[in-house]
Amino acid sequence: MARPGFGARSLGLLLYFLFSMLPVYWLLSMSLKTSEETLAAFTIWPTTPTLANYRVIFTEPTWYWGYLNSIIYVSLNTVLSVLVALPAAYAFSRYSFLGDKHMFFWLLTNRMTPPAVFLLPFFQLYSSVGLMDTHLAVALAHMVFNVPLAVWILEGFMSGVPREIDETAYIDGYGFPRFFLAIFMKQIRAGVGVTAFFCFMFSWVELLLARTLTSVNAKPIAVTMTRTVSAAGMDWGVLAAAGVLTIVPGGLVIYFVRHYIAKGFAMGRV
Amino acid sequence: MSKPVNQRAWLLVVPVVICVSFSAVLPLMTVVNYSVQDIIGPEQRVFVGTEWFRSVLRDEELHGALLRQVIFSLCVLLAQIPLGIGLALAMPEKGWRASASLVVLAMPLLIPWNVVGTIWQIYARPDIGLAGRALNRLGLSYNYTGNSVDAWLTVLVMDVWHWTPLVALLCYAGLRAIPDAYYQAARIDGASRLAVFRYIQLPKLRGVLMIAVLLRFMDSFMIYTEPFVLTGGGPGNATTFLSEYLTQKAVGQFDLGPAAAFSLVYFLIILLFCFVLYNWMQRVGAGGPDSAAGTGGGTGGPHG
Repeated sequence: MARPGFGARSLGLLLYFLFSMLPVYWLLSMSLKTSEETLAAFTIWPTTPTLANYRVIFTEPTWYWGYLNSIIYVSLNTVLSVLVALPAAYAFSRYSFLGDKHMFFWLLTNRMTPPAVFLLPFFQLYSSVGLMDTHLAVALAHMVFNVPLAVWILEGFMSGVPREIDETAYIDGYGFPRFFLAIFMKQIRAGVGVTAFFCFMFSWVELLLARTLTSVNAKPIAVTMTRTVSAAGMDWGVLAAAGVLTIVPGGLVIYFVRHYIAKGFAMGRV
Repeated sequence: MSKPVNQRAWLLVVPVVICVSFSAVLPLMTVVNYSVQDIIGPEQRVFVGTEWFRSVLRDEELHGALLRQVIFSLCVLLAQIPLGIGLALAMPEKGWRASASLVVLAMPLLIPWNVVGTIWQIYARPDIGLAGRALNRLGLSYNYTGNSVDAWLTVLVMDVWHWTPLVALLCYAGLRAIPDAYYQAARIDGASRLAVFRYIQLPKLRGVLMIAVLLRFMDSFMIYTEPFVLTGGGPGNATTFLSEYLTQKAVGQFDLGPAAAFSLVYFLIILLFCFVLYNWMQRVGAGGPDSAAGTGGGTGGPHG
């Protein structure tokens, strides 16, 4: 299509990216400075770049285990959320059934519950079933807000797949499970990718519940940051380095799903 | 096109119901339970009826927090939705530049929320932060830890920085789903850029915009971690939003009863807002130009 005003639009975009990237640059620059340099002099870029801050993180188990814990429960949450959301989204997109609209809205209400509301009950519930301080506990807790979102997004993608595909497959003698796995999954691959991306994102960035439900064994990196820093009295360099490293997994994930997003989706329901 | 009625579809929904019930309904019941009792000790509790609800509804501090919260969420929507649409329109459509833009754009979304707070804490500090330092150099006396207006604006700018990409990402995906035929038709009709936006792109973005508006509303209404790290709710209570206040009550003071009553009121407020928003947007969509222009594309039937 024709693109009038190309210059102005690109300029606007560039300005936004500048606004968007400067704080990140500042974090990166600080992670390469020593704490002394950060506090003593104000420099736009590190004058004596050092990787010492990163070395601290990669050699101390509390730090690198924080990363592993986060990655474990986030992956667990993404897989579980997508797995339970797939059949439900199929049901919502293909059939009418008693109370389907209410059910859909009820699911969405769970996305609306402030995590702060659930802090104490979660603590008690997971203590009583012996899940405290496990990766599963955090993964399950994050499902409260990820499953509704997953159903919502997947339903949109599934509604875009013509129903004739289902009918033809059933006439050809496919049972539901085989049809779903062999044919339907291929049609909504992009949807699964986008959904997994959103689940990963919302689970990766959440802190309040993750902090409440873990103490030692499953403590996520973001929490390690808050605790270690308060104990050691603001080591800005290490804090910044840990922050930079938390951006990396997300960057990788968005890189892998960029094609699905660039291909576009319209969201059927709503 | 109506969907066949099939009650067995319930079986497919059962896994979701079980998962969400375990993680949401059980805790919610606990909250309801607390909200009508006075918990004196581990085994000592008294039924107090609606007393907590009455005291919560009369709480002046809560009113203040609610007002700040509503204003904040409105500002967030007013800033982020137009900016997000604009960004989506300005992004390159294909090629490596589209990929690069997407990755750069989405980056703030994938940073853990307390790290977002940390980044802005560092970035906006007048002594070691780039932004704080620059603003003071320009002659503005900017200090987010001391001045409540500065603190409030910093939280708002931080949220715009953090969440506008979500709106832009959804809109971008929505734009890419519009078939080229629409643009060709518009070109033949000699439609202006503005007309293309108003009559083709905007109606086609309805679905994703609705998700974006609802998500942004819910999440901004529940904001906790970022302002907590950045300002701790201060100075004074200038940036104490509802979640912050609730956590102070529930965890800080351990007032289980009032905190539970507060939680339920809080939840009902969000529910009410979302319900109104959800229905309003559906009506707008169904009655607008979309019903004429939007029947051809790959969007689902007008159900729900």
